[in-house]
Amino acid sequence: MSVLHTILFYFFSALAVASALVMITRRNVAHAGIFLVTTLLATGGIFLLLQAEFAFALQIFLFAGGAVVLFVLASSLARLEVTRRLPGSQRGRLAAAALGLVLAAQIGFAIVVGHTSLRLPAMQSARAPKNTEAVGDALLRQFIVPFEIASVLLLVSMIGAVVLARRRA
Amino acid sequence: MLSIEHYLILSLVLFVIGVAGLMLRRNVLVMLMSIELMLNAVNINLVAFSRLHGSADGQVFSVFIVVVAAAEAVVAVAITLPFLRNRGTVNADDLDLLKW
Repeated sequence: MSVLHTILFYFFSALAVASALVMITRRNVAHAGIFLVTTLLATGGIFLLLQAEFAFALQIFLFAGGAVVLFVLASSLARLEVTRRLPGSQRGRLAAAALGLVLAAQIGFAIVVGHTSLRLPAMQSARAPKNTEAVGDALLRQFIVPFEIASVLLLVSMIGAVVLARRRA
Repeated sequence: MLSIEHYLILSLVLFVIGVAGLMLRRNVLVMLMSIELMLNAVNINLVAFSRLHGSADGQVFSVFIVVVAAAEAVVAVAITLPFLRNRGTVNADDLDLLKW
C-alpha cells in the first residue's frame, strides 16, 4: 500500500513538473493551455493521494474544466500568433533565472531547516468520516461569511467580464 | 513512506516554474496561465497541511483560492479580448495604450 502510494506520488509529481516546464516553453499558446491542463490534472491526482476528494473534484471541475478551457478558447480567438523565438532579452532571462533560483533557495532553506519531516497520518479506512462532509461542514459553519463573500466575488467578476468583453455597438 | 516535505518540495518546484514563466513569457495568456500554476502550487501546500493536521480548514482555503483563481481568469480574459480586438496582439510589451 505504502509503496504503491509512493510510486503514484512520484508519477504524478513528475507528470506535473514536466508538463509545467513544457507549458512555459511552448511558443504556441494553445499547446501551453493543453499542458497546463495536464499539470492541473496531475495535481488532482496528488490531491487524491492526500485523500482530499473534494479538492480533487474542484480541481477537475473548476481549474482544469473552467479556467483553462477559458484560456484555450481565448487563445483560439486570437489569430494564433506563434512567436518566432521565446521573447525576452538575454538580460531578462538571466534576471528571471536568478530570481527563480533565489526564491527556490529561500523556500527550500525554510523547508529543510524547519522541522517539517513529519509523517502524514496513515490512510484512513473507507468508514472514516467523509472528506467532502468535513469540508462542507467547515464551509457552511465556520467559514460561512467568506463563503458568501466569495459568491458575491464570483457574481461581480461574471458581470464585469460580460461588460468588459461586450462588443461596442 | 511519504512525509510532508515531499509535497512541500513539489509545491515549491511548481511555484518557481510559475514565477519563471511569468517573467520569461511576454504573451499575456501564457502569463495568466503561469499565475494559475502558482495558485495551484499553493493549493498543494494547503491540502497537504490539512491532511497533516487532520483538519478540513486547509481544504476550505484551497476552495477559496480556486474561486479567486476562477474570478481572476474570467476578468483577465475579458480584459485581454478587447485588447486583442483593437491591437491584434496579446504581447505584454504592446500593452502601452495608457502611455502618454
